[in-house]
This record gives sequence, structure tokens and C-alpha cells, in this order.
Amino acid sequence: MITTAKSSTRSITRHPGAAAVALAAAAALLGGCSSGGTSDDPLKGGGAESGTVVVGSNNFAESILLADIYGEALKAKGIKVSYKPNIGSRETTYGLMKNGAITLLPEYNGSLLAYLGSKAKTKTVEETTTAINGKLDSKLELLKPSAAQSKDSVTLNAQTAKKYKLTSDSSISDLKGIAKDLVFGGSPEFQTRYQGLAGLKSVYGLEFKSFKSLDAGGPLTQAALKKNTVQAADVFTTDPTITREKFVVLKDPENLFGFQNVQPLVRKGELSKEGAAALDAVSAKLDTKALLELDAQVQLEKKDPLDVAKAWLKSAGLS
Amino acid sequence: MNGFLHDFFDIPSDLQHSWIGLVGLHLREALLPVAAGLLLALPIAQLCIRFRWLYPPVLGITTVLYAVPSLAFFVVLINYTGQTELTVMIPLAVYSLVVLVPAIVDGVRSVPQETLSAATAMGFGPLRRYFQVQLPIAVPAIIAGLRVATVSSISLVSVGMLIGNQGALGNLLHDAQIYNRPELTWNSVITTALLAILVDALLVLVRVLLTPWMPSGTAGRKQAPALKDAAR
Amino acid sequence: MNVLNFVNAFFSDSAHWQGYDGIPARLGEHVRYTLEALALAAAIGLPVGLVTGHYGRGGNALSLVATAGRALPSFGLLVLMTTLLGFGMLPVMIPLVVLAVPPILVTTYEAMRSVDPSPVDAARGMGMHESRILFQVELPVALPLILSGLRSAAIQIVSTATIAAYVSLGGLGRYIVDGLYQRNYEKVVGGATLVAVLALVTLALFWAAARAAVSPGVRRS
Repeated sequence: MITTAKSSTRSITRHPGAAAVALAAAAALLGGCSSGGTSDDPLKGGGAESGTVVVGSNNFAESILLADIYGEALKAKGIKVSYKPNIGSRETTYGLMKNGAITLLPEYNGSLLAYLGSKAKTKTVEETTTAINGKLDSKLELLKPSAAQSKDSVTLNAQTAKKYKLTSDSSISDLKGIAKDLVFGGSPEFQTRYQGLAGLKSVYGLEFKSFKSLDAGGPLTQAALKKNTVQAADVFTTDPTITREKFVVLKDPENLFGFQNVQPLVRKGELSKEGAAALDAVSAKLDTKALLELDAQVQLEKKDPLDVAKAWLKSAGLS
Repeated sequence: MNGFLHDFFDIPSDLQHSWIGLVGLHLREALLPVAAGLLLALPIAQLCIRFRWLYPPVLGITTVLYAVPSLAFFVVLINYTGQTELTVMIPLAVYSLVVLVPAIVDGVRSVPQETLSAATAMGFGPLRRYFQVQLPIAVPAIIAGLRVATVSSISLVSVGMLIGNQGALGNLLHDAQIYNRPELTWNSVITTALLAILVDALLVLVRVLLTPWMPSGTAGRKQAPALKDAAR
Repeated sequence: MNVLNFVNAFFSDSAHWQGYDGIPARLGEHVRYTLEALALAAAIGLPVGLVTGHYGRGGNALSLVATAGRALPSFGLLVLMTTLLGFGMLPVMIPLVVLAVPPILVTTYEAMRSVDPSPVDAARGMGMHESRILFQVELPVALPLILSGLRSAAIQIVSTATIAAYVSLGGLGRYIVDGLYQRNYEKVVGGATLVAVLALVTLALFWAAARAAVSPGVRRS
């Protein structure tokens, strides 16, 4: 070691270039640091350039698909659109709507109402919209709802349904006395939401054996149900795997999960009249059947949601 | 096969990048923090060498920081820097710093006293001695630290996926799940691993170029430096 | 809104101390994952490192294996294994073991190679069997370095086991992932604190183990 070090000192005095190269490399990296930056990130600061509609979505396939549908409909009217898809749960996206990082988000009216802290039992879609608008941040508003509904649900796997003799005519309240033996699966946020474990307890008096954090009705939930890792789970009613795997969706007589119409949430005054009209036109055409079919194209046929959105808008005469 | 390859590189639209774009993004998110970590580590290490009493507390603090899991670091930072690349890059810079400070300190300290005395005798001032003698001799140790920092940085960027798709190639992991497309998971893992191996090899090359006085053969005990890099 | 308040709020909430999602349960799971992964990684890394180090062969191959192991992204590997193998412990163990083997393997090899050859030669000259040389001459001298390899593997496992929560397993990562989706910073910070504390406890344990197991003659200051 000592001999190498000695010889190295000699060579360094002969090759001062080595040190210079090292310094130059460091300087180059430093330069990259200042020029790279994160300035192009639309989430940072007060939003994108004026006139551009930033369409956000939650981190599940249907939300991304809906964002593409609404976004492309705006594009078809010549409005500048940028996407911020696949962000996270509503707990995150609502905050981003409030601070203006995103201007448009496909929402589900019932979930949004529950998220805003209301336990009001609304009887109609209009009532729901009014109730939400009363609770909504002053900078935000809802556009017209679509007929398409995608609800959270309490869904059993086939073997559990069979074991306790429950069918799709049974209701959530039939789980009384059974729930304590069942492991419930859902997204981490389901654990604390009113339209989740909290509501199942207060409305139906159900307490499950334990809760397993999975995903928002996605593949983890499907796989866990299928493998009986969980016996009951929150699955979106538009999920194409329900029929494929013979899952049993229980009825919700107390309407805990409420209305779940797809409804665009926007920032006030940041969308032109024309833009709002374009979104309303989409909502008018979109129904549960169409949504189910589009979901199947994305999740089962593995088509890209953007392509699916464009094709549907075209077939519906909206682009 | 053609179909598979097509699916393999068919990146879902919601990621808004091509495969190459994701690779570029991944490299940027992984390497900028290492560069920032190096720039911070050099002066901190120098202080630790100058003031010996400083080193143990610095080591203590860095060990604690290193023990904070990346995901927790990301999530806590969201409060301050939002769901941005910066939120991913700050923890990675901290981890790099943590790896690099001891690497540099040990490297510079390993320069034998007689070498320093020789430099002083030749009329080198402290600054010139640092840049022309100590730092170059410490290059193998510094590069060893850089290799560890870079490879782990490249691996950890993927976790950024969890905070609003800031994980570059890691974002493919989530899309693979929600669209039932396992080939995207393969793409993410293979591409990330290849990037790590490539950058690692580049750093080895840089070391060979920067230390022309080092034996470059591969036989026997001369392998030791490479192995030590991997051991960290 | 400062971090210490979050920590305080998290630990003073009695609901966080009981049930399947309580701190004792989650901590227990985390410790279990860590011990299992470390044991598996040691079962692979130690014998291979000891034998290759003893004979001084295979250094290049080890270096390659270690580089490849470190290059594999833990998080990606976790998701991939879950996709391939479904739920369970195995998909979590694989990335953790892949993460932990390189430091154990390479440090063990290095530790064996750094043993002064003269006592080994002397032992051989005395007619000691190779396996006795390995265990009674080389191992005691190499032990401090070997333990340091195990220690860095253990710390990395403790920190990385948090990602198991993403594929619905337990452990302290549960608080971090759930807190992220529920926007509950108290949980995130509480979980992170627990992980960091666990890592420090691990460090302390290894320090104590080194004090107890390393023969005074070879203790490095």
C-alpha cells in the first residue's frame, strides 16, 4: 500500500490532469443540477400556464379512463389540455384541486360528498349535487352528473357466499354475526372513510375480524378475493371481474355508498362556457353500461385508456 | 414474439413518456441527487478530516438518516415540496451524502503521512496538496462510494411511484397492475437493473481513467478494490 | 405542523397500541420479516463467502453476483414476484434476500482474505485439518468484518421491509402506506420513527454481539 501510494504521488505530479478531469466532471454534474431542475412540473406552484386545462385522475384504471374521456372531449373543441393522471387517492387529489394544481377531475358524487364530511342521506342525484356544492371549497364546482354509476360495494368471493348461503339478493345487513369471522379487503383509505369501515360499523353495525389494505378495487383486491386471503372486499360495481370470478355484490339497503355518478369537478372560472358544454355533453351520453364496456376494454382487453376514450368519443359523436 | 415485444415497449398513455423518455427521466431523478450529494459531501468530509471530533457525531446523524425508509421520507416531504420529482430527489441526495461522506473521509485519511510530507516538502500549499495529492489518491474510495450511492439511487427512484407517479420507470409497476399488463413489470425491473449495471460499469471506467497509476490487471488480489465497492 | 407533534400524537393515541393494526403487532411482523430475510441471506452468503474466502477463489464471480444483486431494484422485484407468485411471504422474502446477500457475501469473502496468512500457514504446518483452520483460526480473526457485513445487511432489510405493505403485507410499512393514502401524516411519521428506532436498535445489538463474540485478541480498537 505504501509503495503504491508513493508511486502514485510521483505520477500525480506528472499527471496533474487527473485532478483536473475530476474537477471538470464534478463541475459538469453541477451544471446539470442547476439546469435540470423540476420547473416543468405542473404540480409545483400555482398550476399550469393560463388557458390550459389540467386534467387529473386518481390512481385506478377507471379514473384514468374518465380523465381521458373528458380531456379529449375538451381537446376536440380546441381547448388546450394537459394531463396529470394516476395521482393517488381522493385525499390527495382534492387537495390538488383546491390549490389549483389541477383544474378538472372526474369525481364520483357520493364518495365526494362523504369525503367532504357529510352524512346526509340524499335521495336524488340533484339533491346530492346540491349537498356537495354546499360543502365544496369556494373555488370548486361540480358540472352536470352523468348517468354512469360506479359504486363502492361490499363484495364476497364465491366460496364465502356459498358457505353462508348469500346471493346477490342478500344485503350487507345479512353479514351481522358473520362479519366477525371475515377479513375485509379494501384500499388503505377505505379503512378510515365513512363510506368504508367507519360507515359499515355505524350504519350496519358490522365489525370485521380484521382489515387488509389492498388497492382501490384493483388487481390486488381481485386476487385477494379470488385466493380467499380476504372473504369480503370493496370492489367497484363496474368492475368487469365481478362476473368473471362470480363474486357476489351485496345490496346496500341503507344506501351507505349512496349515489356514485361520474361527475366532473372543476375549478370555478377556469373553464370556458364552451368547455363546460363539452363536458356536459359527455356526461349526458355516458351511462353505466357504456362505462362497464369501456372498463372491460381497458382492464380485460388491455387497450390503452386514451385510445379507448378517443374511440368512444368518436362513436358518440363528441369529437 | 413480435406481439410481446410490441406490448413490452407499449407504454400506457397516462405515463406521458415513451420508454426512452422514462429512461431519461429515471436517470435524471437518480443521478442529480448523487451529484448534489457529492458536492455537499466533499466540504463536509473535509471538515470531518480537519476537525477530527466532528466525525463521530456526523457519522451518527448520517446513520440515523440512512435508517429512515425512503418511502416515509418521500411521504413526509410531500407536505413541503408536493408530489414532485424534487420530493423524490431530496431523500436520494441525503442517502448519497450519507454513503459518500465516510467514503471520502476514509479515502483521504488513507493517504500516508509520508506522502503528505513529501508534497509539503515539494512546496505544495494545503489547497494544492488537497486537490493534487489527497483527492486523487482518494479517488478509488470516492468512486467506490459513488457506485454504491448511484446503484441504490437508481433502485430507489422506482419507489417514487407511490407518491403520485414520480417514480419514472417505477411508474410502470403501478400501470402493470391497474391494466393487468405484467410485461410492464418485467420492463421496469429489467430496464432499471440494466441502467444500474451500465452506470456502475461507467464509474469503474472513470476510476480506471482517473487513476492511471493503479494496477489495472484483473488477476488475483488486484481485484480487491472492485470487491470492496460491492461490499458496502 | 411539525414532525415532533406528529410523533407525539401517534404514540399517545391508545388506539395505536392494540389489535391487528397496533404497534406491537406491526412491530412484531416487521421484526419477523427482518429476521427471516436475514437468516435466509446469511444461510446463503456466509457459507459461500467463508469457503470461497478460505480458498481464495471465485472473487471475480462473487463481484459479479454482488453487482447484479445490487442492481436489481427491490421495489420492482417485489411487484414482479407478487405478480408471478401471488400473495404471501415468498414474494417479499425474495427482494429482501437479494438485497441482503451481496453485503454478507462480499464482506465475508473480504474478511477471510484479509486474515494474516502466517498463522494459517502455521496451523497447516501443525497438521490442522482445513475445516478446523477455517473455523478455529480464520473465522475468529475475520469475525469483526463478517459481523459488519451482517449488520449493513440487517439495516437495509429493516428499512426496505417497509415496501412489503404495498403488496398488502403487514409490518411497520403499513403505517406509511396507509398514512399516504389516508393523508394521515401522523401515521407516516410514526411509522418512519418506529423503523428508524428499530434500525438503531439493530445497530446496538450488532455492537453488543461484536463485543461478546469477538475474541479480545483480535478486537479492532
